[in-house]
Amino acid sequence: MAAELMLPEMGLEPMGGGTAREIQFREALREAMSEEMRKDDRIFLMGEEVAQYNGAYKISQGMLDEFGPKRIIDSPISENGFAGLAVGAAMYGLRPIIEFMSWSFSLVAADQILNNVPKMLYMSGGQWGCPVVFRGNDGAGGQLGSTHSWCVEGLYSNVPGVKIAIPSNPYDAKGMLKTSIRDDDPVFFLESERMLGDKAHVPEREYTIPFGKAALRRQGDDCTVVSFGRPVNFCMDAADELKKEGINIDVLDMRTIRPLDIDSILDSVKKTGRIVVVDQCWPFASVASEVVTQVCERGFDYLDHQPLRVNTEDVPTPYAKNLEALYLPHKGKIMSAVKASLGRL
Amino acid sequence: MTSVANSPVNMSLTPTKTTAAQPSKRTGPRASDSLPPSTLVRWLRDMFLIREFENRTAQAYQQAKIGGFCHLYTGQEATAVGTIAALNPDDPIVTAYRDHGHALARGMDPGACMAEMFGKATGCAKGKGGSMHMFDKPNWLFGGHGIVGAQTPLGTGLAFAAKYEVEVMKRGVDGGPAKKKVSLAYLGDGALNQGALHEAMNLAGLYGIPVIYIVENNGYSMGTSIDRGTTMSEDLRKKADAYGIRGEIIDGLDVIDLYDAFKPVVDWCRENQKPAFVDLKTYRYLGHSMSDPQKYRTKEEVDQYKAKDSIDRLAAHLMEDRKGADGKPVLTEQQFMDIQTEVKATVKAALDFAEASPIPDESELYTDVFVNPQPNLSPTCEYTHGAKNPLL
Ligand SMILES: Cc1ncc(C[n+]2csc(CCOP(=O)(O)OP(=O)(O)O)c2C)c(N)n1
Ligand SMILES: [Mg+2]
Repeated sequence: MAAELMLPEMGLEPMGGGTAREIQFREALREAMSEEMRKDDRIFLMGEEVAQYNGAYKISQGMLDEFGPKRIIDSPISENGFAGLAVGAAMYGLRPIIEFMSWSFSLVAADQILNNVPKMLYMSGGQWGCPVVFRGNDGAGGQLGSTHSWCVEGLYSNVPGVKIAIPSNPYDAKGMLKTSIRDDDPVFFLESERMLGDKAHVPEREYTIPFGKAALRRQGDDCTVVSFGRPVNFCMDAADELKKEGINIDVLDMRTIRPLDIDSILDSVKKTGRIVVVDQCWPFASVASEVVTQVCERGFDYLDHQPLRVNTEDVPTPYAKNLEALYLPHKGKIMSAVKASLGRL
Repeated sequence: MTSVANSPVNMSLTPTKTTAAQPSKRTGPRASDSLPPSTLVRWLRDMFLIREFENRTAQAYQQAKIGGFCHLYTGQEATAVGTIAALNPDDPIVTAYRDHGHALARGMDPGACMAEMFGKATGCAKGKGGSMHMFDKPNWLFGGHGIVGAQTPLGTGLAFAAKYEVEVMKRGVDGGPAKKKVSLAYLGDGALNQGALHEAMNLAGLYGIPVIYIVENNGYSMGTSIDRGTTMSEDLRKKADAYGIRGEIIDGLDVIDLYDAFKPVVDWCRENQKPAFVDLKTYRYLGHSMSDPQKYRTKEEVDQYKAKDSIDRLAAHLMEDRKGADGKPVLTEQQFMDIQTEVKATVKAALDFAEASPIPDESELYTDVFVNPQPNLSPTCEYTHGAKNPLL
């Protein structure tokens, strides 16, 4: 499966065509939910502050007015309770969307989302799936400190039975959220509070983005850089900077972690012989580890240099601004890793 | 007379007789008055089916035909039979891991239930669930669940969805008409101490969700007696009170009394679309699971409960107290023996079926992970690559 080409020189067209219309990431999410809710009355949105407060991050702004309190439902601070309620409702036949104010708070619902959601279909022998979309903010940034900066993809992607989507821009956010809502399987949809205000072209016409298909955001023969979610943007910055130095890289935005478009990664590595994986989780047993493993298992002979990883540093998330910046993946670290893989460091 | 309560696990096919039960003290109109005698006889049969099924399950476990954790329902038969009798067939229910009784009371084929424990392809969950995970879609049983308390938010969600059909969709999720439903979420007394239950009860009270939390209060959570595990154990209704939920205490050993007390609760929840909480007093005769030395209670205590055995009581009631229009008891001793013979044959057939059934095909390892599988969901699995892990 070839990655979807979405290069800057291609302008707005590949982003879906139509008239140029820029909206925020949060608006893209809202549009995806609202459009799907208009078509399918089995869908409801539940979470803390989603209704009367209009969303802790204003993602669901105005949705209470449109859909009323029976479909846009304020919940108390009971993640385990309402995640489990959604499991029951989904088994029964509804299509819940559950907003976690932050994925950091999903840890108190771990039993429901890791023990029940992904396993229901299997342990019922195929009788009941769990088509819930769980969505919310994921990742550090903004000095939220150790407990509020979780990147859950490292932990949660270990569990078979869920699909994990992690968009890097508003266009993808809308198309992928729609795909998530329509999917018959449970989806963990990971947003970033740091990106909710980002603006980009999002066409007015209807579109969805298939799961398991990476987007090629920059093109170059020297090295393959693989990322997902917010750090994709740092990789593109690094690519633009490296270009000035005569280094050209492929930047692959995975879009979904499960499924993982390993075929596009291998295609690229076949060409470049080098790979750097950029991941905003801790390195040990991370998505980056998984990508590197799969590349070694299936593309070992293509490699001219050992795979490299850029993760967050292996410490709890610090609060201080300078320390947090040091902790996170950033353009400088990515550039260094690319150069190291080219033997130019 | 031999009582059913004291029948050894290794039961022969000789029918047993019963001891006399204490006469019921209730007066005034009762929900069960309108039931035909055949319904009460059916309850007796179903309770005896569960008793016999569990006896045979214990044997099969000892013969290592059943693996994993296995929790028997012996002693608690009246609670599943009496509560499920008060429901409509399409009211959803969900329970914990001590789930064989609920499955059978809900109408699961005993063969499918036994085969599930044998890990056979013909099990209710194709052998992928086991003793703790009995799922039965046609009978609206949304699972036995292994994690203590985890099923309580699910039961809340089931009732939420049913109410959503009525209030938002104005039709069923299957396209049929929406109707007022009630869900039952069973839990053990140990689950009273899990956060999941308290979050669920608060949500149900807050939103007005027609779920009934049924505490099958058998007095123990493994070896922890209820007073050592939870506050206000002498009146658990106070916990419901804390969430603005109707609370009831019901004797779970006499199935007719239970039904008479429980049916009005179901009707009230259905009519008002509101939750309830029921402390259903019951007792388990056997150990917590298959390996429990039971140091935490005395044999005398167990015997006291066996003397009030629910099956014995109902049998005596039908053979002595309850008279038909002709003035004769609605059940003869011979009819009861015939029932026992039929049930024993049914359970024997279930065992034979489980024994003779094939184990799951190896390809089943990779099915039922996703409704909508697609490539690259996994690095190793058949459901994504179309080929088995080459190292297997
Ligand atoms: C969250 C969790 N903790 C511990 C266990 C282990 N465990 C299984 S059953 C049980 C006792 C539960 O007792 P109770 O709720 O009274 O139900 P009963 O066995 O009496 O039916 C325990 C501690 C578990 N399954 N789940
Ligand atoms: Mg108990």
